[in-house]
Parts: sequence; structure tokens; C-alpha cells
Amino acid sequence: MALRVGEVIESNTTGFIAQCYELHAAPAFGSLVRVSDGALSTYGLVYDVTTSSIDPGRRPIARGKDEEDEAAVFRNNPQLAKLFRTDFTCLVAGYGEAGRIYHFLPPAPPRVHAFVHICTLEEVADFSGSLDFLANLVAPGFPGPGDELAGAFLRLASRARADDGFLVRAGKELAVLLSGDLRRLNAILRRMKP
Amino acid sequence: MSEFEPGRGKRLGMVVGGSLLDGMAVRLDSGDSVEDMAVGRYVVVEGRKKKFFGMITDVTLGTIDKQIEITPPDMADPFVAEIIAGASTFGTVHVAPMLTLGLDAVSILDGPQPVKTVPSHFSEVREASEEDVALVFGREDASHFYVGTPLDMETKVCLDLKRFGERSSGIFGKSGTGKTFLTRILLIGLVQKGAAANLIFDMHNEYGWEGSSEGEQTRTVKGLKQLFPAKVAVFTLDEESSRARKVLTDFTVQIGYDQVEPEDIEMLSELLRLSPRAMDAIGFLLKKFGSSRWLEAFLSIESTEERDELAESLGVYSSTLRALNMSLSRLRRLKFLVPRTVEDSVQMILGYLDRGQNVVLEFGRYSDLLAYVLVANILTRRIHSRYVDATERAMGDKNQQPRQLVITIEEAHKFLNPGVAKQTIFGTIAREMRKYNVTLLVVDQRPSEIDEEVMSQIGTRITCLLDNEKDIDAVLTGISGKNELRTVLAKLETKQQALVVGHAVPMPVVIRTRDYGSPESYRDLGFASAAELRRRADKDNDDLFGDRS
Ligand SMILES: Nc1ncnc2c1ncn2[C@@H]1O[C@H](COP(=O)(O)OP(=O)(O)O)[C@@H](O)[C@H]1O
Ligand SMILES: [Mg+2]
Repeated sequence: MALRVGEVIESNTTGFIAQCYELHAAPAFGSLVRVSDGALSTYGLVYDVTTSSIDPGRRPIARGKDEEDEAAVFRNNPQLAKLFRTDFTCLVAGYGEAGRIYHFLPPAPPRVHAFVHICTLEEVADFSGSLDFLANLVAPGFPGPGDELAGAFLRLASRARADDGFLVRAGKELAVLLSGDLRRLNAILRRMKP
Repeated sequence: MSEFEPGRGKRLGMVVGGSLLDGMAVRLDSGDSVEDMAVGRYVVVEGRKKKFFGMITDVTLGTIDKQIEITPPDMADPFVAEIIAGASTFGTVHVAPMLTLGLDAVSILDGPQPVKTVPSHFSEVREASEEDVALVFGREDASHFYVGTPLDMETKVCLDLKRFGERSSGIFGKSGTGKTFLTRILLIGLVQKGAAANLIFDMHNEYGWEGSSEGEQTRTVKGLKQLFPAKVAVFTLDEESSRARKVLTDFTVQIGYDQVEPEDIEMLSELLRLSPRAMDAIGFLLKKFGSSRWLEAFLSIESTEERDELAESLGVYSSTLRALNMSLSRLRRLKFLVPRTVEDSVQMILGYLDRGQNVVLEFGRYSDLLAYVLVANILTRRIHSRYVDATERAMGDKNQQPRQLVITIEEAHKFLNPGVAKQTIFGTIAREMRKYNVTLLVVDQRPSEIDEEVMSQIGTRITCLLDNEKDIDAVLTGISGKNELRTVLAKLETKQQALVVGHAVPMPVVIRTRDYGSPESYRDLGFASAAELRRRADKDNDDLFGDRS
């Protein structure tokens, strides 16, 4: 069963932000999440995780000087968990409808408060059957660390698929996409190396 | 679209550009290494309406980005190396389209046609399958003879021997590349299929009884007479040598002084180091003694005084005649050259040929050019003139015409170089084509020294490795796709591979010449065993002379 981790709090056509139910419990950078929203599920790739004070005006102060470990800080200050929040930002990488996966943008962005699940390895394997989404990650206007994201997701997908040829195929796709920028290609390849 | 499908060769890539003149550029699929490609290999392009047959003529490396050439990626890393290959870098092969085959039933019946267009963009390119090659080069039949296999294939490439013999043909290649073996194989084909009668001037005694193969160890290989005892006669110029080699000969050839014409001597002027002045002196001798007596008259003079007297009477310097004597005295050493002959060799040869036999003339120990050029020239001139007579007497009646005759000569450039080709009989035969049913099979290692006009008349050219640019140019004159074929030619293996172009094949093809000399090779040719050969020989004799029982 896919694990539910949070809810959409902001969305647009190409991406969305979700808040985690638990502090510091965001899905890993580069993981695949699914937002189920009625008949449509939107797939997102996690590329930015932020933990901050719920009141932007107040900065936290250091509290652990006399504590034994980090966990004790939260144990002895139970209010802290409520004063902070963890959000994660996703790139819309495709959507699923009626049992099929499409690797392009859904007709509408996910709605606010829609539930966000971390995809199972099986879902990751299904989703990575096509590598079309890679083009968006390495496109010039991408707001996040696209190259890092590509590397991270491809490592995950390769684990999910248990397919030796997968990384090579993905690498070749990237080599074509980045044909004019060998330095970047090399950098990504180093990040996705098995 | 799978890589392998039954009846179809392995997929290589797709057409990405090109033209009919320059050939097509084929981008290799990323999985294929350029290292697996070979120039000369045969491919099929599957266009939408037609199938194209072509040949790989070049292989190039391409990169998507020039930067990669300046800062190469870390190829030591196998992961990076695997990705870069085929994606950032790729192989392109150039394919010369040669033939097309329609895909519908009617055009399949018509067989391969010359190309008039190119396949459309992104057409699939595959290695030619055995079936594809068989479609183009046919199967062995009454006139098609198996000469070899395309590179890396088992399919047979068959030559249309009827067409092969109809026009003069050539076998070229550096020394040791397999010309003699190829020639022998083709001669076997010509005899076996009865495509033509053969007269072979066998300079090194390789075709008649047996030849030798220089591999790791030298061994003998069967000559024509061993394979076709009843269809081949071995003539010799040197009976002693033939006997020493235990060759059963049918006739010993002698040539009379009276048969030597000034033209023959002129051909030898270089070999005999004859000056123009000496040639002029021959002219005077001719006037004084007549064409059938001049040589005998001159060579019979024994003393210098007598020779000087003759010089005076002819009005030439005595030094000229002395020099001429020095040169011509080399002819005295040729034992087959005699003042008068008992039997007419030309008559004998024609007799055998008329009876459907093939004649191999062994030179024995006279394996130098002097004897070879002299004898081949004298005999051919007279045989040709008989053929001209016979053909003209037949007045166009095909049944009355003499049978197609193929004359095999080695070191052909000695007879056909630009200096002599205009005058010699061999030049004439090559130029008049098949008018009188005589054609040449020339074997040569220096094709660039053959007269250009003669070369242009050579219908089928089989070329083993050549490394001299001029020679390569010469064998490819007048052939379309010359530039592509040039690369193919220069890349042949040093032995037993040849490029076949021209009249007897539907398209140029590189072959690995069929093996010759092993027991299996004789069996492949239809000769079961020594016992079988003997049995067949007896039967042939019975057929010829009636049952002896
Ligand atoms: N078709 C063939 N089958 C077997 N051996 C061959 C064949 N062609 C060439 N060879 C080998 O190569 C050697 C040289 O060939 P040869 O025909 O004598 O060359 P060339 O006449 O061009 O000098 C032969 O002695 C033989 O060992
Ligand atoms: Mg030879």
C-alpha cells in the first residue's frame, strides 16, 4: 500500500506544493509521489523539501545545549512539532487515468487538500516505462536542481525495475537531450551511476 | 521491429541521407559497433515499395557534438562508455545502392533491376540474408557457375559463364593474391558447363596437369587434365620438362622460323633490347629474303665476316647487324624454334578445339617472357585468322560459326600495353569484341599497363587485392560507383578475395573465392574421387570412340 504523507497546499499546471503530516517526514528527494484526485492521479517528482517556522516572522532558537541528543529536544519541548512544518515541492511528471499512465501534463492541476502518497516500487517501475519526462528536468527553465533530480529519480527507478539496461537507456536519452552540453551530461551520468 | 527475423538479415540501422550518385548514409543503431561492419559487405534496404540491394563502401564515425572530440568523456568508465556509444557518438556506414527488387509478384519474376532512385528517409537497413543474396546471384545451373561466397556468408555467388566468355574478361591482382587459383576455377567452370572452348597459354605449367598451392606446406592441386581427361589436351613446348613432371602430353609444339613475323619480333623489342635501327634492319632483311625466310636466313649466318658483308649489301651499319645478331641469338636457345616444322601446331590446336577439346599449352622450362610472348603471339595470330575465315564463311549462320573460343594469357600487359596493343593480335581481339567468337581471358598484376581502350572492352573484371593507385584506377575505368569500389578494392584480404564487376554478374560483389585443392573442393565441383574420375574418364572415352567391349 502506498503511504499517505500529506496534502496539496498549493498547485499550478506544472507543479504543486504539499505539506507533510509529520514534521521532517517528507518523501526523499527524487522520489515519485501520486496525488489521487477523483478519477485522475497526478504524478509528481519531489525536488524541494522545506522545513520552516509556521510563523514566518519568528525564527527558532537553539534549545539543545543541555540535552543528550536531538530527539530529547523535541521530547522536552512538545510544542515544537506544532510550530514547524515540512513542505515539499513537486514537478508534475505525468498522470494516470483509467489504468493508463501518460507522461505529459494532466488537464488540470491537483486540487488543494488532495492527498499525496509515496509511490510503491511497483508504481515507480510502471511509471519509468517511458523516459519522456526527462526532457522537462533538463530543460533550461526548470526551477529546481533538475540534473540532481534526474540522477536521483533514475537511481530509484533502476532499483525499482531491477533492470540492468535501464540506466544505460536513460543515459542514452540524456545524451541525446544534452547533446550540446557534454559537461552537464557527464555530471548527470556521474550522479546516476549504478 | 525485432533485430532478428527469419529470412531477413540482422537490422543495422536506417537511411538518414544520401543520393543515387554518392550512395546512402546509414546511421547505425546504437547497439551496433562500427567494428562489426566491413566494407564490401552486402546489405538490403527495405524501402516502402522496393527493396534495394547495396554494398557497404565506407564506415565513418560521427559525433553529435564537436566538443566531445576536444574533451572526450571518461571512456575508462564502462557505464559512461556504454552510454556515449551510439548516443553522443555513432557510426555511419555508406551504402552504394546497386539493384532494386519490387516487392510484388510481377517484379519478383522480373528479377533484380538497376537502381534508378534511392530508398526514402529512415528506411530500414539490414544485412543481406542468404535468401537475398541468392535472389541476386542466382543458383548454379547450365550457365551459372559458383565462384565464391560473399564476405561472411555461405550463399553462393554464381557467374554467368556464357556472358563471361562472350566478351574478354580479366583477372587482376598483386602477385600471390590468388589469380592463378581463380583462373583455374573459372576454366574448370568453362569446361564443365561447356560455355566455351579454351586455349590456355600456361606460362608456369599450372593449369594442365597439376599446380601447386603454397600454404603452410606446399601441396599439389589438380589441373584441368586430371579433372577432364577426355576434354582437355595438354600441349607442350618442352617435352623433356613435361616428361620429368610425369605429365602425359598430347602434342609437342614446334614453331618454324618461317612463322615468325617482324611483328612478333617488334613485340619483343624491349625484351631483346632491339634498337629502332635494328628494327629497320629487319625491314631490309624482309625485303631481301621475304617474310618466311628472313629469320632463317639471318640466323643461319655463322661468321662475322659473312654478316658484315650482308650489312654492306643491305646498306646498314655492320654494327647494327652485329647487335641484331646478339639480340636474336637468344632465339637460338629456344629449342622449340626450328627452321622447319614437321607438323603444323596451329592446325593441331584447331583440330582439338574443333572436336570440343580444350588445349593447355605448357611452356615447361621456357617460363620467361621471351618465349611466352613470342609463342602466344604467333599461335594466336594464326588461330585468330582461321576464326575470322570460318566466321565469315558462316555468313551469319549461327550453326556454322566456330565455337566460342576463350584464350587465356598471363602477363597480359606485355601483349596489351599502349605501345603494342594497336598492332598486336591480342589488341585486335580485345577491340573487335565478340565478332569472330574469340575472346581473351587476361591475367595480370599490372592492369595500369594495359592499354586503356583494351581495358574498356574487358567485360568482366575480377580483381584481387591491388595496392597501386594506378592499377586500381585502371580496373575501375568506366565502372559506375568507382570511388566506392576503390575503397572496397584497397581493403581486400591479401589472398582468396576478389571484387567481381561487369558483364557476368548483376552487380559488383566481393567474394571469398571458393576453396580449391582439397578433396572436398573436388567433390563440390562434382568430382567424387580418384576412382570416380577414372570411371568417368573411361566412359568419356567410350562415348568418343565407341564401346570397347
Ligand atoms: N581459391 C583458393 N583456394 C585455395 N587456396 C588458394 C585459393 N586462392 C589462393 N590460394 C592460395 O594462395 C596462394 C597464391 O595463389 P595464386 O593463385 O598462386 O596467386 P597469384 O597467381 O595471384 O600469384 C596459392 O598457392 C594458394 O595456397
Ligand atoms: Mg599466378
